[in-house]
Amino acid sequence: MGLLVYIAGVGVISAIGSNVAENLQAFENEQAGLGDITQMTTRHKGSLPVGEVKLDNDYLAEVTGMSVETSRTKLLSFVAAREALTDSGVENIPGLRIGFVSANTVGGMDKSEAFFDEFVRDSRKGKLRKVFDHECGSVTEVVANKLGITDYISTINTACSSSANAVFFGARLIKNDILDVVVAGGADALTKFTLNGFNTLMILDKNFCKPFDEHREGLNLGEGAGYVVLVSDKVAAQLNKPMYCKLSGYNNSNDAYHQTASSPEGTGSFMAMQGALNRAGLQPADIDYINLHGTGTPNNDSAEGTAVKRLFGEGHPAMSSTKSFTGHTLGASGGIEAVYSVLAIKHGLIYPNLRFKTPMQGLELIPQEHLSKGKNIQHVLSNSFGFGGNCTSLIFSAC
Amino acid sequence: MSIYIRSAASVSAQHTLNSNSFLADPVSYTGTRLPAIEPDYKKYIDPKAIRRMSHVIKMGIAAAQECLITGGVEMPGAIVTGTAYGCLDDTHTFLSRIIEMEEEMLPPTAFIQSTHNTVGSQVALMLKCHAYNNTFVHKGASFENALLDGMMLLMEQEADNILVGGIDEMNDASFTVLTRLGVYKRQPVNSLNLYNLPSKGTIGGEGASFAMLTDKASPDNMAELVALKTVFKPTQPVSELVSTFLAKQGLAAADIDVIITGRNGDTHYDAIYDFVPGMFANSIIANYKHLCGEYPTASAFGMWFAANIIKERSVPAIAVQRKASDEGRGPGKVLLYNHYQNVYHSFMLFSAC
Repeated sequence: MGLLVYIAGVGVISAIGSNVAENLQAFENEQAGLGDITQMTTRHKGSLPVGEVKLDNDYLAEVTGMSVETSRTKLLSFVAAREALTDSGVENIPGLRIGFVSANTVGGMDKSEAFFDEFVRDSRKGKLRKVFDHECGSVTEVVANKLGITDYISTINTACSSSANAVFFGARLIKNDILDVVVAGGADALTKFTLNGFNTLMILDKNFCKPFDEHREGLNLGEGAGYVVLVSDKVAAQLNKPMYCKLSGYNNSNDAYHQTASSPEGTGSFMAMQGALNRAGLQPADIDYINLHGTGTPNNDSAEGTAVKRLFGEGHPAMSSTKSFTGHTLGASGGIEAVYSVLAIKHGLIYPNLRFKTPMQGLELIPQEHLSKGKNIQHVLSNSFGFGGNCTSLIFSAC
Repeated sequence: MSIYIRSAASVSAQHTLNSNSFLADPVSYTGTRLPAIEPDYKKYIDPKAIRRMSHVIKMGIAAAQECLITGGVEMPGAIVTGTAYGCLDDTHTFLSRIIEMEEEMLPPTAFIQSTHNTVGSQVALMLKCHAYNNTFVHKGASFENALLDGMMLLMEQEADNILVGGIDEMNDASFTVLTRLGVYKRQPVNSLNLYNLPSKGTIGGEGASFAMLTDKASPDNMAELVALKTVFKPTQPVSELVSTFLAKQGLAAADIDVIITGRNGDTHYDAIYDFVPGMFANSIIANYKHLCGEYPTASAFGMWFAANIIKERSVPAIAVQRKASDEGRGPGKVLLYNHYQNVYHSFMLFSAC
């Protein structure tokens, strides 16, 4: 069983940019991508801010060469996965076993919504091509075909921790010698389904979200896609370039407390972080930066904060929620934040947690307020927690 | 390392859950839709909770719990599920309400229970199980993905007693949409007569089937799960893929006592199985989708079926397409070959312990 899995390439599209360079520039400018809804027809337009990718489907279809009729999730997925694959250089090496493990939470829901608009009134109505790719797996299948990946494809859906589990599962496929390379991450487009769903739970902030702030009032939904290209040590040696970093730790634990709420103690979060440290053979003090799940909901942030406090004690590492820039991209968030974690190591960055003013009472955790550059970052912990108590933590370490 | 199936349980269109007989009294259906037989859920779920749960969650929990009970395992080492459609009915309910109520005054329950990982997380919640919990949602390979994950967890020595399941439900809307898409037959058929009236389209099904995987040998284990292979859009003849798969285990077609195929009555897709009688000239050929219907995770029922064939040392008469040339031959090695719409092909090899 191979021991090390390296990151050879990254790709991202989010509310703060349609590639890695644009995302980094937005962090540099401390410019959030949140704002009014423009791409989707909904009653909540103008009242609920979101982190939209600022490109319409016509444009995305043109640049990807995909049909404009296709789900926006596929368009976003392909843009980021293509960037990651090209960045990695693995396509120059013949004979590799390449897999695509991609997460999403609602598949082609944006198109299903259009189908159901007619179907609920008359079950003989509704254009079938709009619902044909409803399944989560369809998004992955279509993008894999377009990327030319056939050796292994899979889709994971554990709600908001989905794409962290995709990265984790991809690494294990390499360690078990089933594949040499895995493009792993996830994608989700904004949909009326998720926007209304989170709205019924009353956890959407009507203003821009304030993760880890005492006066936080909820999350802003976002959309996008993020992928890392995982390679075996053998492939890393064949690629004529330095690797970004390695994936040194991972753990998936279940909170087993409630279908949607986190336990007050953050049991699952604590177990995931502790398990990832154990896997990596690291102590809490070794972590230089935590990319928090940090949705901005009262419940998540206090549970996650409690778990962080318990694990790291008083002298906690630098931490931030990049959801203050992108919004919560659900099935894409673990992938997007994996990319940010990898870039933090490569460029020595600690991203700011925008709009933070007051620490949460009783926790006194102070996230990073402004971009910090030129740091020596050896180990980054990235948290992704989801409905159903699914808690996953990843650790990326400098080579 | 050897991987064993300690126990298996299934909720299906047949009397499979908690039944004393192995498909001895098959249930026939007329039409193109096979609904799962609802077990007495009170045995598995708090009656207060039953009312709030959708069909797919109840089926999933009942099959998972029965698998734990028969396996004698209180706390699994991991829970891994596969589901192509997830919580279809709750998704449909919430989506319809968004449209009908124009995004106002929506109750949250259907949304809360609509995520694909609901069955896996509800099982964890009931057991207070903090262990690894994952859900694969990859169309006709969802269950195979989950099974691979479970097998890898054992190989990595991460955990023991891995609960792995495949779950999918059908509701009126999905049946209507899939019928319009041409997946199902246009004329009603008698399900048990499915293979005698070949035509385009199949019959739809649903169900939940779980297995408990362990690496510990025991006389109580049902079967050994020797190998699993999935192939996405094969570019070479399937017969060659099967040969390569068997050769990796040091076996040839002649060593296989029972070959189970995923034949579903659709002439278009069943033609892919036509190499089977020639290649496996001496084996028993068995089918299962006339019993459970076709759905993306029907291969989980196939696994339950294969494990029981080995445990019971016989193939139910209703499932036999062709008897063995040597009638005295017991089911020592069982191969399950399934494909879903000729895109996702899978081979699972089982052996007597």
